[in-house]
Amino acid sequence: VNRFLLPVIIFAVLAGVLYVGVVHSPEKSTMQSALLGKPAPEFSLPVLGNPSGRLSLADLKGRPWVLNVWATWCFGCRDEHPLLVEIARDKRVTIVGLNWKDEDAAAQRWLQELGDPYDIVAVDADGRTAIDFGVYGAPETFFIDANGLVQYRHVGAMTPEVWRREFLSRLPQGVQP
Amino acid sequence: MISMRRCAVLVALLFALPVASVDTTVLPNAELQARYAALTHELRCMQCQNNSIADSPVFLAADLRKQVAEQLIAGKSDDEIRDYMVQRYGDVILFKPPLNASTAWVWFAPLLALIGGVVVAVVIVRRRSQLVASDDSVVDGDDRL
Repeated sequence: VNRFLLPVIIFAVLAGVLYVGVVHSPEKSTMQSALLGKPAPEFSLPVLGNPSGRLSLADLKGRPWVLNVWATWCFGCRDEHPLLVEIARDKRVTIVGLNWKDEDAAAQRWLQELGDPYDIVAVDADGRTAIDFGVYGAPETFFIDANGLVQYRHVGAMTPEVWRREFLSRLPQGVQP
Repeated sequence: MISMRRCAVLVALLFALPVASVDTTVLPNAELQARYAALTHELRCMQCQNNSIADSPVFLAADLRKQVAEQLIAGKSDDEIRDYMVQRYGDVILFKPPLNASTAWVWFAPLLALIGGVVVAVVIVRRRSQLVASDDSVVDGDDRL
């Protein structure tokens, strides 16, 4: 190899590595869930606005559902909320809220003011269920299939693109609105 | 002008701030306390990734420390507690990743770089020494500074 060509080749290789790193950085900065392809963790939690109610994993077996981890102290949750409300008009999918380390009164006020996209909201006051799901920052949104397996996790505010590409596309074919 | 003593106190305070621990958990005995300290220092805070959960002030780190403390008291082994964390957050939560197919490059890339560097150095030194050996030009001593 020519002695002048060698530095050029090394530069090209490094530039290539940098390019790949930059292009794929969104996926790298939001780490993949350790639960992908695995059963969603068991839980049994109080239901927001229903003192006698409880929601457990077993109640959701047999259908695909979306878990949205949110809290009133979370800025990204406010950003994505209008989109969730819009998404919720599509009745094909069950959206379960996980109200993470929040105050019930504040959470209920939030849903009254901004609209309630959730079919049901489970209250995770001590944060244990969030840990079981490997949540490290709200909002996070999971897709759990009809067999109870976690198929996708989105970190950060939901976007229409991510919803279409990663969530809607995972609904079983033939499910009608 | 600030007196020397006051100045010294201020400097001391400057160093005191980062030392103040975010974690005041006390476990029932010294052995558990030592294992607690070791474990919380080897688990990454997922929200601020260059901190361990022992050093991080965010509430998720506090929740994870609570898990470590509760499980230690419940008699879990260190490995069981590590597994609990890895099952939920993946290998990233361990500052020292396990050696497996997907992390092999993390472990061996520095070694490969070192070997590559040694090879390059040896080649250069060999070539230069051959250059000197084959150089029969006369050095004019007076030209040296």
